[in-house]
Order: sequence, then structure tokens, then C-alpha cells
Amino acid sequence: MTIESLIDTPSELTDSASSKTAIVLMTRIRLARNLAGTPFPGWAKPAQRSEIFDLCRGAVASTTPMKKSLAIGVQELSELEKQILVERHLISRELSGSKAGSGFVINKDQTFSVMINEEDHLRIQVLRCGFQLKKAWNSINDLDTALEEQLDYAYSPKLGYLTACPTNLGTAMRASAMMHLPALVIANQMEKVVRAVNQLGMVVRGLFGEGSDASGSIFQISNQTTLGETEDEIIKRLGSVLSSIIEHELNARQKLLEADAGKLFDKIGRAYGILQNSHVLSSSEAMNLLSLVRLGVDLSIFPDETRSIVDRLLIEAQPGHLQHAQKRRVRAWSARFASRRATPRRVCEFHAPQLQFHRRRGELSL
Amino acid sequence: MANPLKCDLCSKPATVHLTQIVNNKVHKVDLCEECAQAKGVTDPSGFSLADLLLKASLNPEPSAAGMRCESCGFTQTDFKKHGRFGCPVCYETFSALVEPMLDSMHKGTVHTGKVPQRALTRKTLHERLSKLELDLNAAIKAERYEDAARCRDEINQVKQSIAQAPAR
Repeated sequence: MTIESLIDTPSELTDSASSKTAIVLMTRIRLARNLAGTPFPGWAKPAQRSEIFDLCRGAVASTTPMKKSLAIGVQELSELEKQILVERHLISRELSGSKAGSGFVINKDQTFSVMINEEDHLRIQVLRCGFQLKKAWNSINDLDTALEEQLDYAYSPKLGYLTACPTNLGTAMRASAMMHLPALVIANQMEKVVRAVNQLGMVVRGLFGEGSDASGSIFQISNQTTLGETEDEIIKRLGSVLSSIIEHELNARQKLLEADAGKLFDKIGRAYGILQNSHVLSSSEAMNLLSLVRLGVDLSIFPDETRSIVDRLLIEAQPGHLQHAQKRRVRAWSARFASRRATPRRVCEFHAPQLQFHRRRGELSL
Repeated sequence: MANPLKCDLCSKPATVHLTQIVNNKVHKVDLCEECAQAKGVTDPSGFSLADLLLKASLNPEPSAAGMRCESCGFTQTDFKKHGRFGCPVCYETFSALVEPMLDSMHKGTVHTGKVPQRALTRKTLHERLSKLELDLNAAIKAERYEDAARCRDEINQVKQSIAQAPAR
């Protein structure tokens, strides 16, 4: 596979929206693994790093779920391509900035990605749309077991899987869910939720992990600790936290509707109007407006099919995706001899809005 | 104040005091204005207390100072600088440093999760094989042929188990 075809292939993240993914957009689990008798990536010498990379890449690419995959070193990619993968949550910012000897293997439908020589030798990730912690755990567990047949993991009976950073010891598992919580944000209750979730040993972050903002009312909730509990216990605990957040979000929606449904509908309608008619939008404004339209779908103001368009746009409104789309358009235009009004169209099903984004000095126009 | 608290990271006077309760354990961190800013404590969404606790717990640990991992050459100073270890063996070398950290960092201090069973079985079998081969040589040298025959049989058995288990 090439990076181009990977970007174009329908993926779990961009093409699986349904009413089941209303509040929990997607579930992710990652496992950190290291090879015994080898320095961690941050301390390994360049020759060791490339040896580890070759060994791991071969092992990962030979497993069944990774049969059709893109296996590549980070230096073989352009900055833009790396950014697109970061925006799709397939690689981390750390990996995209790493030096020689780091890379990844991503399978065709982008449900699995394995980063090699990030902070640990292997960072195995599974990504599933909707609230599917158990399913995600089963599939990543199988992949991990398959890898274990070929690789000798660094493991201690007492500390579990040994990781570069002691905060990941034990199961070395981080399970997370991406949640859309517009009503809790509108009702100003997010701070309370964050505090409560923290006390339960879970972490709340913005859409793109540590330090990112929560534009679009999208949050990531994940476990903070990894040692002293089994994977099942962590998943069960996270699952019950998520269920109670869902309940709070639904209650908040109900209250907003009871208090002043007209005001809420007006807000959603205006968001739609701006998306339809404005010419320049910042990335985070676009996210916030799309978030309101998404809420509109949940409240049956817009047809259910709109959700997948909105979800796709939430990804495609990110800077890297915009630049990529724009580049292609420029290529297509020159190929077609630049007809006077070759307007690129991103067709959205609701009425007329042909949402088109392009990037100019860090801003998007629509 | 008679005895102002010092920042856990740089020992300037601390003005930011954080308390977090994780798993019913109280964790406290004291920071000066600058470190608090730098660590993003003022922005509650983006910072992880575990990271801070990790850094803070590194300072008062003179007993492990000057130690060096035999396997990879990593030192305690390196750990202070990076907050990451050099190799898996470092966890044995610096166990005196790691163990007190774990309690505040995690829910427990002993792993109860998944065990890489196949890898461990493979390792045990290979260890058993090399030991048997040594025994065999010793037995032949000492002309203990009955022992040698037994070793040879066992070696064949272990080799068979290795062949059945997925190869490396």
C-alpha cells in the first residue's frame, strides 16, 4: 500500500458513523511493548534503532490483521503526510517528529496501527468506531499474542510489561474513548465532570491528546494507571465511567430542551447557517459549528445520514487534510486546463451547502 | 511564614499547591509559579499529575545516586533528565528508585494483568535445553553413560516441545 491509497481508503474513523456512535465516537486501546535485552528507543544507538525497526516491522507485517498494510519509516514521508496520519489518530505527534529508525505499520481499514520506536519499541493501537471497549480489547489482545510468538518481550513477573516510562508499567495499556459532549459544555458542567473523572483515576483530554483544546466539544477519556489491575478490570472501570458520562450528557440535553428548546434549536440552526454561507472559518470555529450540527442530528433536526458527513468533516477540517485536499485540487485543475469555474465540491446532503475548505494563511474558508 | 514550602521541582518557594485524590490516596505537589506555568498546571485539561509526581519523587533519593545500569550504561542523572529509563534491565538496577514511586503513581505495585505465556514458555524451554546439554557433556566426560542416555532422551523431548511451540 502507498500513503496516498491509505488516505483514500474508507476507514473505521472516517466512514463508520451511525446512530450507535452518537456520543462515543470511537474507542481506542494501545499497548506498549519492548524487546528484552535491548535499550529503549530513546536510549538506543542509531544502529540498534534501525535493527529494532527492521525486526519489529517484519514481525508486525507478518501477522494476519496486518497482511494488507502500509509499513514505512517516518523519514520516508512528507510533513503533510505525517500530519494527516496524526489527525487520524494513527500515529502520534512524537512519532512524526522522531529521528531515523522510527516508523509504523497501519492496516488497510486503519483499525490497527503499530508504531515502532516511538517512546517504546512497539506501540500497538486498535481503533474502533463507537463504544466497543471489549471488542477492541479482544482484537488487540489477539494481535499482541500473535506478536509474542515472534518477539521476546521485556517482562517482569512483578512489574509486568517493562516500558521506558514507569507510568506505563504493568499492563502498559491505555484504553480511551472519544466522546462528543456538547450539552455538558453548553451547560458549563464539563469542569465538574473532569474533576469527578479524575478522582476515579481517569484522565480527560482534548481531541488530540495532552495539551490540546476541546474544540468541537470532543473529549478523550482514558485510564491513568496501568499497574495493579488486570486489563479486564481497567476496561470495566473505564466502561462504567463512560456509561455514567453518557447518562450525564443525555440528562443535560434533556434539561436544555426542557428549559428552552427554541434557544437550542436556534443555536443549531445558526451553526448550520454559518457553515452553509460563510466564507472564512478558523479550524476551531468550524469544529464548534460542526459539533452543533452533530447535536442536531442526535435531536433528529437533520437526517441520520448527516452524521457521517459531519464526522468526516470533523477530520477533513483539520489543517493537514485541508492542505492535502487543496494540493489535489490544484493538480486536478491544471490537468483540466483550469476551466474558469472549476469549483471543487464536497457534496453534503443537507440542502445546498457544498462545503469546501481551503487553507489560506492558517485559516479555512468554506 | 516561618518555613515556606519549597517547589518540588526547583526548590524555589512554592506558591501553587495541588492536591489530587487518586484511588482514595491523597497526592500533594507543591510548585513555584514558574514550574506551575511550565507544567501547564494552570490548565487542568492538559497536565498529568503522574508525570509531576514522577519528577518530584526523583529529588530526595540519595541512596541510588551514582548508580549505573550495567546493561546499557544509563545513570540516575540520566533518569532525572529524561524521566525515562534506558533499558529493561534498568528496572532491576534502579529498583530502589522505582519502588517508592510506584505507590503514588499506580493503583497497585504488583502486576496482575496479562502474562506473555508463550514467550515465557519458550524462554524456559531454551534455558532447560542449554542446561541439559551441559549435563550431557559432563556425564559423557565422567563416563556416566546411564545419566548421559537420560539427558539425551530429555533433550530430544525438549527439542520436540520447542519445535511444536511457534519458532522464533
